[in-house]
Amino acid sequence: MKLRLPRLLLAFISIFVVFGCSQESPDAGVVLQRGLPADPESLDHHKARSTQAADVLRDIGEGLVAYSATGELVPAAAERWEISADRLSYTFYLRPDARWSNGEAVTAAHFVSGLRRLVSPATAAFYANLLQAVVNASDIVAGDKPPESLGVEVVDDLTLKVRLERPTPYILSLFSHPGTFPLHPGSFVEHGDGFARPGNLVSNGAFVLDAWVPGSIIALRRNEQYWNNENTALDGVNYHVIVQDVAELNRYRAGELHVTSTVPPDNFAELKVHFGSELRIAPYLGLYYYGFNLTRPPFKDKPGLRQALSMAIDRDMLAENIIGRGEAPAYSWVHPGVNNYKPTVLSFTALTQDERNKSARRLYKEAGYSEENPLRFELRYNTSDTNKKIAVAIQSMWNEVLGAEATLVNEEFQVLLANMRDAEITQVFRSSWIGDYDDAHTFLSVLQAGSETNMPRYASDEYELQMRRAAEQPDLDRRRLYLEEAERVMLADHPVIPLYFYVSKHLVSPEVRGWGDNVLDYHYSQHLSLGATE
Amino acid sequence: MLRYTLLRVLGAIPTLLLVIALAFLMVHAAPGGPFDDERALPPDVEANIQRAYHLDEPLPKQFVRYLGGLLRGDLGPSYRYRDYTVSELISTAFPLSMRLGALAMALAIVAGVTAGTIAALRQDSYVDRCIMALSMTGISVPVFVFAPVFVLLFAVKLQWLPAGWSSTSGVSRFVLPVITLALPQIAYIARLTRASMIDVLGSDFVRTARAQGLGTLTVVRLHALRPAMLPVLSYMGPAIAAILTGSVVVEEIFGIPGLGQFFVRGALNRDYTLVLGIVVFYATLIVSLNLIVDVLYGVIDPRVRYR
Repeated sequence: MKLRLPRLLLAFISIFVVFGCSQESPDAGVVLQRGLPADPESLDHHKARSTQAADVLRDIGEGLVAYSATGELVPAAAERWEISADRLSYTFYLRPDARWSNGEAVTAAHFVSGLRRLVSPATAAFYANLLQAVVNASDIVAGDKPPESLGVEVVDDLTLKVRLERPTPYILSLFSHPGTFPLHPGSFVEHGDGFARPGNLVSNGAFVLDAWVPGSIIALRRNEQYWNNENTALDGVNYHVIVQDVAELNRYRAGELHVTSTVPPDNFAELKVHFGSELRIAPYLGLYYYGFNLTRPPFKDKPGLRQALSMAIDRDMLAENIIGRGEAPAYSWVHPGVNNYKPTVLSFTALTQDERNKSARRLYKEAGYSEENPLRFELRYNTSDTNKKIAVAIQSMWNEVLGAEATLVNEEFQVLLANMRDAEITQVFRSSWIGDYDDAHTFLSVLQAGSETNMPRYASDEYELQMRRAAEQPDLDRRRLYLEEAERVMLADHPVIPLYFYVSKHLVSPEVRGWGDNVLDYHYSQHLSLGATE
Repeated sequence: MLRYTLLRVLGAIPTLLLVIALAFLMVHAAPGGPFDDERALPPDVEANIQRAYHLDEPLPKQFVRYLGGLLRGDLGPSYRYRDYTVSELISTAFPLSMRLGALAMALAIVAGVTAGTIAALRQDSYVDRCIMALSMTGISVPVFVFAPVFVLLFAVKLQWLPAGWSSTSGVSRFVLPVITLALPQIAYIARLTRASMIDVLGSDFVRTARAQGLGTLTVVRLHALRPAMLPVLSYMGPAIAAILTGSVVVEEIFGIPGLGQFFVRGALNRDYTLVLGIVVFYATLIVSLNLIVDVLYGVIDPRVRYR
């Protein structure tokens, strides 16, 4: 008998060497390493949906307009535009030097084919309704009109005209959304729906797609043809797909990432001390809220009871002590940071928490509940540590202030979504809303009757009326007043309990230059560069 | 012989069909769908998407469509990775998971048997106690605790190894995941080897060999190791299963694009086709392996042949 062990060992080492060395990708030049919380659904800009997909797409593609590092709307593929007096017609003038990554010029026709594909039912785009305001868009999505009837037209190679059905002040910002990026017709003809895969994708942004290993990495490299290439500092960007926030933190600490997509919620105070100015916290256009199911007892037709539950929550305590990452307690539905808007606040905002509690107890009694006959209901949230902490805290506030007994039910995210949608068994549920564009409409439209995002099933004629008036109003200041009035009407009905406004949280290495905080949390890689640490 | 093989292959088909049908029913029974999101879709948009993926059809029709695809070797498009087909995802992820598992298994055997043998030779010494204490730790501490601790130590503090898979393309990225995955198995195999080695070392033939003047190492190498390995060999089945399940956790923590990660993410995202595809893939793999083993049995043992 001979010894087997060394041979095994040898086999082991050789497997290691053979397989381990099989992939070698040279990292050329200055490459930024960024964390990404999940894979994009697709790099086909019409089939993408999530914020992480949009992050990558904003690097490889470019719309008519874009955002600066600090969040101002700036010209991009269009160098300027004109808006008609009735605000129903937009004329965009493209830059003559805009190029695709294969050197071809970007023309108005490419934007038109992109926008038509976005609304075409055959594409099945998640954001097909993005441009609802454009002439015929809704009918095309519904399959009632052909995509060619969309209200966008080529005036000449470098001029594009967009016609709207109603004045929509935020429409300009939508033209920064990846869904509105142009389509390279050549590669679409050649590869069909596979045009966005690595190797096929021809794009018009500052970077081009080099490789995508699902579940691992998306590698981009500089687009030499990009019109602003000389001002692009980075030679490449690697997006590392890291699902767990703790794993992402560790990779940042190990020096493998320059920018993280988020920061773990636990031990936040410690992280703050440890990382100092590397930790970037900024207001973010998102709201965390609890919704009532308005179609079923005990909350149907009980605005007073709903108000009592809303008042009994000490939001300041919640934001500061329970979550404690710089979030702002929410007393309105619309984010206070949105453009040209002054949110109306909940009627009790000016009161102290003690005074609120007192009124809450009164309202609770008026609704017919008492110590002997406490309100019992279920609070549903999707499983996560943060959601749980918040739910437990609120449960005890409701109990202490009112004596109401909430049962916590945590559900897998998809299960909670299905339950909210059915509105059968839900009573109070956790949800959130992230603004799509910097305008109050992105928040207020959530609760419009017939909107699929209206999870509480809020229905108010007055609210609809104000919203309709705002939609038809070309004058921005008057439109604003209608929207503010709509919010006031809605808040008085208490269909929801706004809890806090989100903040964006990133760790940004001191080497990174050009980082700017903004409410949309957009951070184009073309604005960033890497330099020596001071 | 040919007839037997053929019968067995035919016999495997109902098994696979049953697995597919059950899996199909179960993924569709889970609440929610692949395109549900907090940002709910407008009805028209949703209808277009449902139509594009044939999700608007009745379930039986969807099932027949799926089976039809399977017959053509098509596992369908992934719902979550809209640029990829399920076959593409599996064909890149499986070799990686396999490589990881094989490396971990090899390491577990080599390190486990070595440690176990040393402990047995030094029975009751402090070396033995140390190895056994370590192996107890290895068995009782779960992988999801070891992995972050290793990352903190070797990647964050010492910076010897990468913390994440995609940070480098070299061999070094295998080290931590493989060790993490192998650790519980090393521990278990070490204990198994030690026990059986002690047993073997006390047997008559070993004493005879020693009486002939052979050194300890030679005795272990030439006489004791093989019989002592028997319990380890019979543990291989459960060990492979443990590594398979462990890989799900390890892949997630290190960000390795293996099959385990896709399976878990697929289930959470209600990516029906991806989950089904992986189930079908594993079921086919296991059924065919069983088949091959059975047929080989027939080759080796004539009594089995015409049963």
